[in-house]
Amino acid sequence: MVMNKKPLRSMSPLQETIYRFSQNKVSLIGLAVVLLLIFIIIFGEFISPFENGVKQNIRMRLQGPSAEHWFGTDAYGRDIFTRVLHGTKYTMMIAFPATFIAEVIGIILGACAAFYSRWFDNILMRVLDVFQAIPGQLLALAVVAALGGSLFNLVIAMLIARIPASVRTARSIMLSLVGQEYIDAARSYGSRDYHLIFRHVIPNSLGAMIVSMTINLSAITLQVSSMSYIGLGVSPPTPEWGALLSEAREFIITAPHLIIFPGIAILLTALSFNLVGDGLRDALDPRLRD
Amino acid sequence: MDTLNNTLLKVENLHVVYKARRETVYAVNGVSFCLKKGETLGLVGETGAGKTTTAYAIMRVLPDRTARIVNGIIEFEGYNLLDVPENLMRHGIRGEKIAIIFQDPMSALNPIMKVGDQIAEALKFHNKEDLSPERIEEQVDRTLELVGIQKERKYDFPHQLSGGMKQRVVIAIALVCEPVLIIADEPTTALDVTIQAQVLAMIDELREKLGTAMILITHDLGIVAQMCDNVAIMYAGEIIEIGSVEDIYSGKMQHPYTAGLFGSLPDLEKKTDRLHPIEGLMPDPTDLPKGCKFNPRCPRCMDICRNVQPEFTVEGTHKVACHLYGSGKGRGIDE
Repeated sequence: MVMNKKPLRSMSPLQETIYRFSQNKVSLIGLAVVLLLIFIIIFGEFISPFENGVKQNIRMRLQGPSAEHWFGTDAYGRDIFTRVLHGTKYTMMIAFPATFIAEVIGIILGACAAFYSRWFDNILMRVLDVFQAIPGQLLALAVVAALGGSLFNLVIAMLIARIPASVRTARSIMLSLVGQEYIDAARSYGSRDYHLIFRHVIPNSLGAMIVSMTINLSAITLQVSSMSYIGLGVSPPTPEWGALLSEAREFIITAPHLIIFPGIAILLTALSFNLVGDGLRDALDPRLRD
Repeated sequence: MDTLNNTLLKVENLHVVYKARRETVYAVNGVSFCLKKGETLGLVGETGAGKTTTAYAIMRVLPDRTARIVNGIIEFEGYNLLDVPENLMRHGIRGEKIAIIFQDPMSALNPIMKVGDQIAEALKFHNKEDLSPERIEEQVDRTLELVGIQKERKYDFPHQLSGGMKQRVVIAIALVCEPVLIIADEPTTALDVTIQAQVLAMIDELREKLGTAMILITHDLGIVAQMCDNVAIMYAGEIIEIGSVEDIYSGKMQHPYTAGLFGSLPDLEKKTDRLHPIEGLMPDPTDLPKGCKFNPRCPRCMDICRNVQPEFTVEGTHKVACHLYGSGKGRGIDE
């Protein structure tokens, strides 16, 4: 018999997804980077104490990479490696919750809008129109300007800026699913509405929603960085990646390593999340198997 | 059997409209028919005649964003289904008593659920005897074998099955709760001819074994002759002719539309160079013609047809809604 088919059949859906994900080498690399980031968030202090990243040493300012300072030092002689390392935590503490909450709210509101009465859909869409009339970046700026630039407020700002788009994405995906015959079929054998939504509509939308989530995650990472870059993100001594870029801009010619290392960190993070997202989508969709 | 005289389903004067932003689509306009236990009714008509809408209305699964049942009675086992509260509809009727076999097996199955789980799902919703998970699995295996699929295939996803097998799964989902009425919505349209015959034979066999009544929606008159006890011909949301198979195929009266349908079929015994399709198209359902809906296409159209909606002319079990017959207004059919 076919060798690889038998074990697949006896697997639970979760085991099967893990198995399929593990077959995808590129996504595994992405996952490795994501795990590394998580490791850094938890054990950063042991790799290089936070103290090294805030301790100023004017004599050592603007040094290039060396054995002592792997990524060099900044204008105050602070170790860039330590600052990038600890920046992971701040950037992720904003990007993770903001993305996740925006996506969950998007899925719930989108499903309701697609599934329930027209007037709810209409009201929701018009409210979102109002939010979307203002550019997301500007909206986030306004929120931070009004509330002040703490980590928590940044999450709120990102949410307000991102929710309209994620609701819209979810709604349009689910609207196309609600019209599918298998939804009618499930209803015709007696499914309840929540069952239709949670067992048929949402699982079928997950492939697309996960992709939208990874795109959002990298977009929010970049947006948080750009907020810090213009000085409205976290306050100065905090080594958030965008803030690092912002501080580095004066020395872009004389000390390019200041901008290169945080830039690489942002790029790698965004890229690895996208890779993981792609791999997850493929692993979750049985149609893409074999 | 004395139960044969029991009426299972009685649809009276059913009207369904679809409301779009600016226009109203009159999809079903006063459909009435009766179905006895164990009987098969063929619902025949071209695309857009309102056959599927009628079926969805019986199950009350019309899209609630647009569709409205404006008038009518759907009496099922003595209850008007249009008055039954939604949760009772879900528990007691859908899947439990009435099941639909959908037109397109490619899209009627959830692509990311194993087919066995989809069959089990229908069973779990109507789990009266609180079956244990093992018993549910057993029942799923049994139903799959009933429709001629090995039980090992229940772990497959829909895309791993062929079209004919998918249709069998769709049928298994309909049958698993042993409903008393099956609505088969063009069950073989999406299948190729060899599989069609198999699937039809299987449906018929199962129906006979379980004593289930069936509404068979189709536009294939050959299938109707083979499977049905009674036939209703629909045109533009109305039943224009209804009767037993004999009435329709060889009765004295024949609606010009029915005649047109037969004229579009090739005949094995006669040699003809070309078929005779009905000229023209179905009227726009947002703007139906006055009088008889068929009058713009009717080869035997009279003045009265353009103004007066024809009533049924009854002859035994055979009813025809055409001015050519009855009340002396029209001429008799002359060969």
